[in-house]
Amino acid sequence: MRKRKGLLRFLPLSAILLLLAGCGEERLSALDPKGPQAQWIFDNMVLSLYVMALVVIVVFTLFFIAVVKFRKKPGDNELPKQVEGSKALEITWTVIPIILLIILAVPTIQGTYYFAEGPPEAAGESGTEGEDGAAPETDAIVIDVTGHQYWWQFDYQEGFTAGNEVHIPVGEKVWFNLTASDVMHSFWVPALGGKLDTVPGVESMMWLQADEPGVYKGKCAELCGPSHALMDFKVIVQEPDEYAAWVEEMSAEEQPPEENTVVADGRKVFEDQGCIGCHAVGGQGSAQGPTLTNFADREYIAGVIDYNNENLEAWIRDPQSFKQGNNMQPYPNMSDEDMEALIEYLNTLSAEE
Amino acid sequence: MATATMTAKKEKSVLWDWLTTVDHKKLAILYLVAGTLFFVKAGVMALFIRIQLMIPENDFMTGQVFNELITMHGTIMLFLAVTPLIFGFMNFAIPLQIGARDVAFPFINALGFWIFFFGGLLLSVSWFFGGAPDAGWTAYVPLSTREFAGSGMDFYALGLQVSGFGTLISAINFIVTIINMRAPGMTMMRMPLFCWTGLVTSILIVFAFTPLAAGLALLMLDRIFSGQFFLPDMGGNAILWAHIFWIFGHPEVYILVLPAFGIISEVVPAFSHKRLFGYTAMVFATIVIAFLSFMVWVHHMFTIGIGPITNSVFALATMTIAVPTGIKIFNWLFTMWGGKLVFNTAMLCAASFVPTFVLGGITGVMLSMAPVDYLYHDTYFVVAHFHYIIVGGIVFGLLAGLYYWYPKMFGHKLNETLGKIMFWSLYIGFHLTFFIQHILGLIGMQRRVYTYLGGQGFDMMNLVSSIGSFVMGAAIVVLVINIVYSAYTSERITVRDPWDARTLEWSTPTPIPEYNFAQTPQVRSLDPWFYEKVHGDGTMKPAEPMGDIHMPNGSILPFMIGLGLFIWGFGMIMLNMDNPIIPPAIVIGVGFVITFGMMVLHSKEDHGYHIPVDEVKKIEKGVG
Amino acid sequence: MADHIDVAQGLPANPEKATLEGKNKFLGMWVFLGGETVMFATFFGTFLGLRKGTVGGPTAEDLFSLPLVFIMTMILLTSSLTSVLGILAMKRNNFKTLRTCMLLTVLLGFGFVGFEVYEFYHYYHEGLGYTTSAFASSFYTLVGLHGCHVLFGLGWIITLLARYWNAGGVTLANAPKFYSASLYWHFIDVVWVFIFTVVYLLSVGGA
Repeated sequence: MRKRKGLLRFLPLSAILLLLAGCGEERLSALDPKGPQAQWIFDNMVLSLYVMALVVIVVFTLFFIAVVKFRKKPGDNELPKQVEGSKALEITWTVIPIILLIILAVPTIQGTYYFAEGPPEAAGESGTEGEDGAAPETDAIVIDVTGHQYWWQFDYQEGFTAGNEVHIPVGEKVWFNLTASDVMHSFWVPALGGKLDTVPGVESMMWLQADEPGVYKGKCAELCGPSHALMDFKVIVQEPDEYAAWVEEMSAEEQPPEENTVVADGRKVFEDQGCIGCHAVGGQGSAQGPTLTNFADREYIAGVIDYNNENLEAWIRDPQSFKQGNNMQPYPNMSDEDMEALIEYLNTLSAEE
Repeated sequence: MATATMTAKKEKSVLWDWLTTVDHKKLAILYLVAGTLFFVKAGVMALFIRIQLMIPENDFMTGQVFNELITMHGTIMLFLAVTPLIFGFMNFAIPLQIGARDVAFPFINALGFWIFFFGGLLLSVSWFFGGAPDAGWTAYVPLSTREFAGSGMDFYALGLQVSGFGTLISAINFIVTIINMRAPGMTMMRMPLFCWTGLVTSILIVFAFTPLAAGLALLMLDRIFSGQFFLPDMGGNAILWAHIFWIFGHPEVYILVLPAFGIISEVVPAFSHKRLFGYTAMVFATIVIAFLSFMVWVHHMFTIGIGPITNSVFALATMTIAVPTGIKIFNWLFTMWGGKLVFNTAMLCAASFVPTFVLGGITGVMLSMAPVDYLYHDTYFVVAHFHYIIVGGIVFGLLAGLYYWYPKMFGHKLNETLGKIMFWSLYIGFHLTFFIQHILGLIGMQRRVYTYLGGQGFDMMNLVSSIGSFVMGAAIVVLVINIVYSAYTSERITVRDPWDARTLEWSTPTPIPEYNFAQTPQVRSLDPWFYEKVHGDGTMKPAEPMGDIHMPNGSILPFMIGLGLFIWGFGMIMLNMDNPIIPPAIVIGVGFVITFGMMVLHSKEDHGYHIPVDEVKKIEKGVG
Repeated sequence: MADHIDVAQGLPANPEKATLEGKNKFLGMWVFLGGETVMFATFFGTFLGLRKGTVGGPTAEDLFSLPLVFIMTMILLTSSLTSVLGILAMKRNNFKTLRTCMLLTVLLGFGFVGFEVYEFYHYYHEGLGYTTSAFASSFYTLVGLHGCHVLFGLGWIITLLARYWNAGGVTLANAPKFYSASLYWHFIDVVWVFIFTVVYLLSVGGA
């Protein structure tokens, strides 16, 4: 696969694509693949472009010659020869496309099975099907993903939960076990690979691998309601040791804040106002809303709003104005004091040291 | 007595005449007018969509409104704009092209139109009762169920159910017309390709709209009577809807595109002055495409997670569709090859269809590679792909048909200068709008998003796309101006055959008398009119002596049945409303009684009337 | 003209297809039934896909009693037979027999509907409401839709009988109408045979 790409690089079509890759944002655009699956997709897209370019060139050449050459000249009223057809030609343009399609069909089937690979040591698993739903016995990382209107829940085998941001180690295949709690969503990290829908009542398995550390953008690709456009998530790819540290931090018990501080007041607000009824912190609380264990590490609130105190307050007071149709309850009348304490508390929730 | 009915008919007012007409030529115009209105409506929605997406984080509209607009744009364009426009041309051209005086069931023809129209109206009034449907034209469950979507989806389910029934019975009518009503000598393999595609499309409608009817019934039962089909907690299955929808949805693409192929296959030979290259292969390819269209629906669901075996099989099946489509493309090219091409607006639209459709076709093949489709699926790449098929293919085909048949339908040509301005602005605007969307998809923009954050590389391309859409909008304005302008200034056509064309419809006088053919023509060849011009004396040989002509009576019943179904559908929707002013049961009952009452009334025998032979001779003389 | 065929020497052998109008009706009806088949196939598919989804509610094995369904099947099959006899009589230009046979068909049809209403009533009281489970919804939808078709067919035949009760004989105008109605009736019957097999036998047979 690598070798073919090397060859293609010198050809003009690839050059155009590489140029286009400049248009997109790094770690978002699929034209700048950052993992083996995305690379496979890119290579085969280029392959299909070559095959199709052949068709386009033939058709366009014939078309433009016909358009230029066979115009009716003024005064020429003679009828052209009424040709019925040609068996030889018909056979030609039936057989050649079939050959071209076979060239595309072979990698199509290979790729379908390649992408459907299940985690290793999962004897008897048939790839994406995963109908029994049970996580297979494996050493590989398998993360359960649940799509909600409009956020993503990531459950790790280690028992903790992350919301909207999923951490994975670099250079390793990671499996995602996908489902949804309400409507259909679709899990897509363009720079790392293909997408797969999350369907309520169905579990599907896919893998992704990132070859470079960094923050990759992920998107929901299936219409899921008014804020479908804002259902972004991040894939944070870390070096293995950093990843291990993060997992450990996330798995750790929550440290209660020191007594009689603003942060402690904030924690109390968090409990009294019922935030904890939906948002879990360090394993406490439910997962009806995104887990906030590592909230302060996030770049964006709710996946799309810049993280700062003003925005956080505005969000808590009126989430609907940011993400129409989301399920968070508004708190328009919370006192400024409580709000300040709550924000202070939220700002301490971090899993990075 | 027959004369008495004649005179009685003449006294009818214009409006009453149009409401009660069963004449296929008038119904064709009704279809065209209704289709154009819906087309403009959905086109304006598209402009709103592009305004919203022109700049990042635009707040021109909310996500909810955006979702309503995309849903209505797609639904209206496919069911209420393109379908009736196609039916308009089929209604007009097919009986004339096969040498028939009317369709097999003139009453059903009118009934089909009015039911379609009232169904479309039912869908459209949703804006006034709590918002339009908002779950996308695919209406995927659970998003479209009661729990997640507003009352708009009730209008979607009922409106499409009603209008779909109209489309279905019209399709049955076309099938019977084409099989039973052909003039002597018009064998199946002498039929113009437009009749063939019309026949195949109608067959597809019969077998594709019925699963849709079943699916919509399930959705309606789910939403209004709390049926449990789709929610896993109650033993239901969310993927079931996707299967049913796409078993309909994929053939639907061919339902729309095949008649466009047919129009191209009429216009290209006419203005190349050359017979269609490989007629037999074209017929064969049409049938193969139709057959395959039922075997590929899962390619819309590659990413839904149904396993590598299913995906592989459907990927291969999808690829095979490229072969018959390729056959068609090359046959059009070779029809032009060696001809004497005249580039008026009709031919420009028809000829430009070929390269544009190839671009849509190759992205289609790319999409068929299932694993690569994991990238394309639900992104702007797909949006670009299907607009290349639908706009680049179907709309240009319809425009070619409009400019081509316009003189026969309305007695004058459309202005060529305005026509060419329209063509070029539409063509450039179209490529500007949609070509760049391929790349947008590849760099990570998913479809159906009401906005996007800046700084992701999307900004410039979206701006270009929006500008392109405004150019397209301007082109349609030019078309409307052209229609009005030509009506006042264009020279009246008095000859039978202003284009020097080939098929039977051009052998009729302009304007066409209501009985089409004074004497049923005897067909001696493919392209019969051309044959008589070259090998005969330039007139069709009659297959019967001049005689009284039997015509069906007009009837208001089709309009009333349509109205009854509208009321019934609205009553069903009222079941879900918070405080309907009238009890829904009463409304449903009224609709039911009107619909079935009219059907019972229709069971009364109606023998129509006769135009006496002297009258026919007088008319024929009058039009030369 | 088509409907002015001279009938003085008696009706042609197939009065329903003797005129162009009749031929059109004949073909149109067949095409329509083709579409109906696909629609029923979709509902069958839905039922087959969801029939295990009982979520703790009553299952097919709990409810279905084959003797009752067998009686219903026999009634409907007999009604189909009487409509065939009617059409045969029509071809012999025997209007009175046609009338009688169609009337019998209607009576048997109502008998069938009566049993079906009883059946649904019975299931409802056994705890199978329309919204109980996916199985319940898909069962009632499929079988209920068939029931609606039976009712529509009854309405159709009754309208024809009322309209032509005193027609005095088979004509080229009414023959295609009776023929279409009887074709529709056969279709309903065939669908029921599939329902009997797929819904009842398969569920009780434990497949």
